[in-house]
Amino acid sequence: MVILGSGIVLSIVVMTLIAPWISPYNPSALNVGPIRSPPSPQFPLGTNHLGQDMLSRVLCGGSIMLQVSVLSVLLCLAIGVPIGLISSYVGGAVDKIFSLITDSIYAFPGLVLAITIAAMLGRGAVNMAISIAVVYIPSYFRIVRSHVLTIKELQYTVAARAIGAKWYTILFRYILPNVVPSILSVVTVNFADATLTAAGLTFVGLGVTKDIPDWGWDLTDGRVLLPSGAWWVITFPGIMIILLALGFTLMGEGLSELLNPRLEQ
Amino acid sequence: MGLRSYIATRVLLTMPMIMLLLTFVFLIVRVLPGDPVLLHFEKAASPEAMELMRRELGLDKPLLDQYFAYLAGLLHGDLGKSMQDFSPIAQQIFSAFPATLELAIYSMIIAVGLGVFLGVRSSKSYNSVQDHSIRVFGIVMYAIPIFFLGMIFQLIFGVVLHWLPTGGRIYPGMEPSGLTIGGVHISTGLYTIDSLLEGNIVKFLQALRYLFLPSLTLGLVLCGVFIRLTRTNMLETLHLDFVTAAKARGLKERTVLYGYAFRNAFLPVLTMMGLQFAALLGGAILTETTFSWPGLGRYLVDRINFRDYTAIQGDVVFFGLLVALISLIVDILYAYFDPRIRL
Amino acid sequence: MPLLEVDSLTVEYWTRRGIIRAVDNVSFALDKGEMLGLVGESGSGKSTLGHSLVRLLPTQGSIVGGRIRIGGKDVVGYSEEEMRSIRGEKIAFVFQDPMTSLNPVKKIGEHLVELIQTHKPNVSREEALRFAEAALDDVGISTERINDYPHQFSGGMRQRIMIALAIALNPDIVIADEPTTALDVIVQAKVMDLLKDLCGAHGMALILITHDISVVLERCKKVIVMYAGNFVECADSVSLHNDPKHPYTQGLLRTVPNIELADQRLESITGSPPDLLDLPSGCRFWPRCPQAMKVCHMKGPSMVELENGCCVRCFLYGGLEQ
Repeated sequence: MVILGSGIVLSIVVMTLIAPWISPYNPSALNVGPIRSPPSPQFPLGTNHLGQDMLSRVLCGGSIMLQVSVLSVLLCLAIGVPIGLISSYVGGAVDKIFSLITDSIYAFPGLVLAITIAAMLGRGAVNMAISIAVVYIPSYFRIVRSHVLTIKELQYTVAARAIGAKWYTILFRYILPNVVPSILSVVTVNFADATLTAAGLTFVGLGVTKDIPDWGWDLTDGRVLLPSGAWWVITFPGIMIILLALGFTLMGEGLSELLNPRLEQ
Repeated sequence: MGLRSYIATRVLLTMPMIMLLLTFVFLIVRVLPGDPVLLHFEKAASPEAMELMRRELGLDKPLLDQYFAYLAGLLHGDLGKSMQDFSPIAQQIFSAFPATLELAIYSMIIAVGLGVFLGVRSSKSYNSVQDHSIRVFGIVMYAIPIFFLGMIFQLIFGVVLHWLPTGGRIYPGMEPSGLTIGGVHISTGLYTIDSLLEGNIVKFLQALRYLFLPSLTLGLVLCGVFIRLTRTNMLETLHLDFVTAAKARGLKERTVLYGYAFRNAFLPVLTMMGLQFAALLGGAILTETTFSWPGLGRYLVDRINFRDYTAIQGDVVFFGLLVALISLIVDILYAYFDPRIRL
Repeated sequence: MPLLEVDSLTVEYWTRRGIIRAVDNVSFALDKGEMLGLVGESGSGKSTLGHSLVRLLPTQGSIVGGRIRIGGKDVVGYSEEEMRSIRGEKIAFVFQDPMTSLNPVKKIGEHLVELIQTHKPNVSREEALRFAEAALDDVGISTERINDYPHQFSGGMRQRIMIALAIALNPDIVIADEPTTALDVIVQAKVMDLLKDLCGAHGMALILITHDISVVLERCKKVIVMYAGNFVECADSVSLHNDPKHPYTQGLLRTVPNIELADQRLESITGSPPDLLDLPSGCRFWPRCPQAMKVCHMKGPSMVELENGCCVRCFLYGGLEQ
């Protein structure tokens, strides 16, 4: 499953990277073909209401989503993991405060929070990434924290303290390596959710500006074309989003199965 | 510890979280963007207009004062005034709330009903084709963006087949008005219930017709979680000792499956329902936008487009409180069903 | 006619590494009210035998040969529904771990009432409750606790509740699978005595499955010793104790510490039970047998019946003629 999932993700990444070279038309160029025309040999995926070629848009449209996902995961890792490690290791009031804060964020409906933050920060890929990251940091915090609390009391950590190891040594050389597998699981789920949330943010108008080809935009714009039955405008970008999210999810499922082998019946 | 003391403790513990939540929303909406009024007007507007707004909405006072006014207002059910026309936000929210509630209820029914049913079947036929296909179904469903699924449904059932409406809550003019008994007016705001109260089957069916696609969309996307949860728990529980012991006493298969296996596997489903409620509200935003459903989600998106920041704040606060309330109820229900927790 | 007749029963488990024959062609009979002890190490197949009598083998296990006759009728061929109707009512099972054998969300009174009403649907709830109270009383649990939940009881008390559930409907046969292994020593004795007394008082036959031979010698009239899927000796408890025939039985008896002797070294049987996927050739016990002969490496002995009604599976007592 991991292979399948990573395969899907990798092919999408590659496709996005080489897209500028292989797309038949400039995805943002208007009126390269008749507007709202169904799939044909000249435009295999049809054209939208602005006369843009859907094939080119589909090939290039993943870049924003990938960027946003990667950025948000990086942010989460950079903020969530250290805070989780330090907070749970130090314990006491600090830990209680951070736990309370992250629990409150965690309890909040994710999309609502992301939309609100994005609304206040404004449009753009970076802001999208930040909103998603804020929603996800509590998950990282929690996973890291639960591991740290367990390992903190294990023999070899106590032994390390007994020989006077510095706290950051213990944290990074003893505890962190054990937490990494679980973090990986969260990372893949994070990627999948980030993709879907980014699409959602774009759908409500909080994504990137319109001149950049993006699958989310195609879905939003394509909405008005539905009554006329122009199904191709939303279908193909939609399938791409599904594939991307699915790819990440499969990676995550496969990984967690590898890391926690299920009990054989 | 009895059930009552558990409830009391739980409620007390929720207080700090709610406080934190309220503070958060305040920070994000009022403090983060700097000056919400400026942001609202964007381009140059007359300073008088801005001043007027500030005064009307109490935004000219120092930040701390605003914070306390905000909290005090909440205690009275006052969520502030809209930037668009200075009308009370609470009123707007309360009129939009039943629509979201109705959508949420039906979606949850579909998600849990379908999810649990498929999960139980999946666990009974472990490792079979049926088992694997159900699991794949759940995973794929989760990966579909809600609004995309909604649009596909609209396309197929609305545009192509013309079977179901693609937007709105009911045919204009057909809103049910509930029941009036001797001067007392009973109406829940939920069209399906109100139409039954009224005794009007036509309205009831129409309400269901409009409700069908949005709740199916939201329900399908969320059912994946329940499939997986039910399946895992049933598999575990079916092999537990007390289930075998129950079989050894000759109890009927249905008793064992539901009274023993499921009842113990069910509790996590209940908790998950509470957790998923938050996801449900998030998904409702997208569903309502897609289907032009006049609920809190669409209200939020509307207000964002209008840059009506006070309304955004009010709506988000309401969302948060709603989720906190539901979590509380779920926790209490859990304690009722599982006596071990109370100790 | 004996109450229970097991005839050439063979039970196999399917595993990834191959098929394990946990019970290999065993036969025995049980009379009404008789108390039988089934003794063996882990992996001897005794638990599997017990489970197959109520047809509650795990999914990988199946009865591949033989007959189990209860009251003259062969239950190997019974459908699941037919089995269900006799379980609890005609033949009851007491499980090993009392901590996990009760439904955590049901009151213990409910456990009993549900059992009674399942098998006797015409009984009203009040009557069932009275039955339940009587059963609890029989096992020494205060009837005031009828509305308590399992987690509110200790291990020993939970096992008593399990016993109450087993005897509530006065079954003909009670099978107890290591009922005291999970309990501490003092409680063990109490629970064992309780089982014995109740079965005696109500005329129920008891099959006591255990690895502890000392427990069965005190309480059971007949004892069967099992090793690696085979019965190796059956005798009445007195004969078994005074004059054990099979080397394995002798070894088992030697391992029981005697509190009256000072300065005693703890004995054990050398070696460990065989891997059922890789059985030794000939007699399964020969690698650990202090009296093994050449023929034991080559052929497996069959059961030999001795004068006083006991049986032994060992070339020391015969069977060399074939």
